[in-house]
Amino acid sequence: MTGKPAPYPVKLENVWFNARTKPLIKDISATFADEEGLTVILGPNGAGKSLLLRLCHGILPAHEGLVTWGGGDDPGLHDHRQAMVFQRPVHLRRTAGGNIDFALKLHKMPRLQRAQRIDEALELTGLSRYRATPARLLSFGEQQRLALARAWALAPDLLLLDEPTANLDPAAQRLIEEVLLKMIAGGTRVLMSSHDLNQARRLASHVVFLYRGRIKEQSSAEQFFAGPKNDLAQSFLRGDLLWWRRRAVFAPDPDKEDDKF
Amino acid sequence: MNDIWQAMATAVNLLAGLDASLVEIVARSLGVSLTAVVLATLIGLPLGAVLALSRFPGRRVILVIMNALMGLPPVVVGLIVLLMLSRSGPMGALGLLFTPAAMIIAQTILVLPIIVALSSTVIESLWQEYEEQMMSLGAGPWARVLALLWDGRFALMTTVLAGFGRANAEVGAVMIVGGNIDHVTRVMTTAIALEASRGDLALALGLGIVLLLLSLAINAASYSVREFARHRYQA
Repeated sequence: MTGKPAPYPVKLENVWFNARTKPLIKDISATFADEEGLTVILGPNGAGKSLLLRLCHGILPAHEGLVTWGGGDDPGLHDHRQAMVFQRPVHLRRTAGGNIDFALKLHKMPRLQRAQRIDEALELTGLSRYRATPARLLSFGEQQRLALARAWALAPDLLLLDEPTANLDPAAQRLIEEVLLKMIAGGTRVLMSSHDLNQARRLASHVVFLYRGRIKEQSSAEQFFAGPKNDLAQSFLRGDLLWWRRRAVFAPDPDKEDDKF
Repeated sequence: MNDIWQAMATAVNLLAGLDASLVEIVARSLGVSLTAVVLATLIGLPLGAVLALSRFPGRRVILVIMNALMGLPPVVVGLIVLLMLSRSGPMGALGLLFTPAAMIIAQTILVLPIIVALSSTVIESLWQEYEEQMMSLGAGPWARVLALLWDGRFALMTTVLAGFGRANAEVGAVMIVGGNIDHVTRVMTTAIALEASRGDLALALGLGIVLLLLSLAINAASYSVREFARHRYQA
């Protein structure tokens, strides 16, 4: 598990996800993480970024359509090739080291190796002195770093992050980005949601623009930031409020069919 | 008024001198109630975990019933166990009626709903918090249950203590199935009931003081466990 990460693409085919009867992810067909680097999922609040990530991670079942991993022959989560960092970190009622240990034990790592891996993970995220501190006593930023340390320790082929730096100060944000860049350089493929354009510019090699549960644009970061084809993506880049602009400017609404659902 | 003070003085003397019959009754009481609580915990915790973590038709109904049974009148339990264990009952052949075993059975039935209902609440709320992370880590059913029981250990301990409090304090069930036989099935609560009606207030008061202290100790223990957990894990 310490070898170079293997290619681990996530493929979605006609995927729908509903809350009761309201569709929130609408007929998405796409492949992520088939190339190296970080793919950022951009989009306004409520676009479905978190849902899309959870579907890609396999912790939410699609109501319609199919999600497959590793070219279709991988059972998903139970192969232990993915890790996810949530927007709000969740830690067990144990020490910081104990939390990483719990994850490594699930991956059947031998005891001695675990101890060393925990040291490295805590060192990397600047949490070494908190090894024996109960995780839930750490500050929010430290807990988020611990969540990333845990994900790093698992050496995943695919790492998913749901707005990992949304509530962090610049220093904590930079530390997390540094760890991410290290993982990307090591070959881990990253799928991350964000609404922070500057962060996306710094980290992303690919961009997915999500709006009201549909992928409006998927391209390389270079292309996207040079000027996206999609009009909604353009106004998102300009920093306009999308829902407001759409009602005021675009008529008739090309996305109107969505409102029927 | 004088009688009461005299009884009180004698009671304190009995306690201070560790009177043999008093110690015997207290020991039997603790033995019966502790055994019942251990049994109820062994049965109730897994049941509570299953009710908290699985989804099957009738689950809610069982939870409502378990909550209702927390207030089960002890005399009713005593009556039912009596019918089961009486010579003509379905388990009469075992010859358990009027033995400590019968009292343990009755108290286990009394304590079980408390442990099931409270522990399933504890485990369910912890699971809501952990669910996504556990799924993300690919934790199987066993790893999940063990982690929940371990992480919920302080809250679960307080549910066990609540069960112990109930077992200790009840008189109806053990009176009916135990029969309050001296040196065999006489426990604190049944002894108090008897001695009070006979007018031997000293022993009744002495045992009453022990019961009160025990109840106080249980609640103090419960409180300290909660406080410890709060400070250590923000639980």
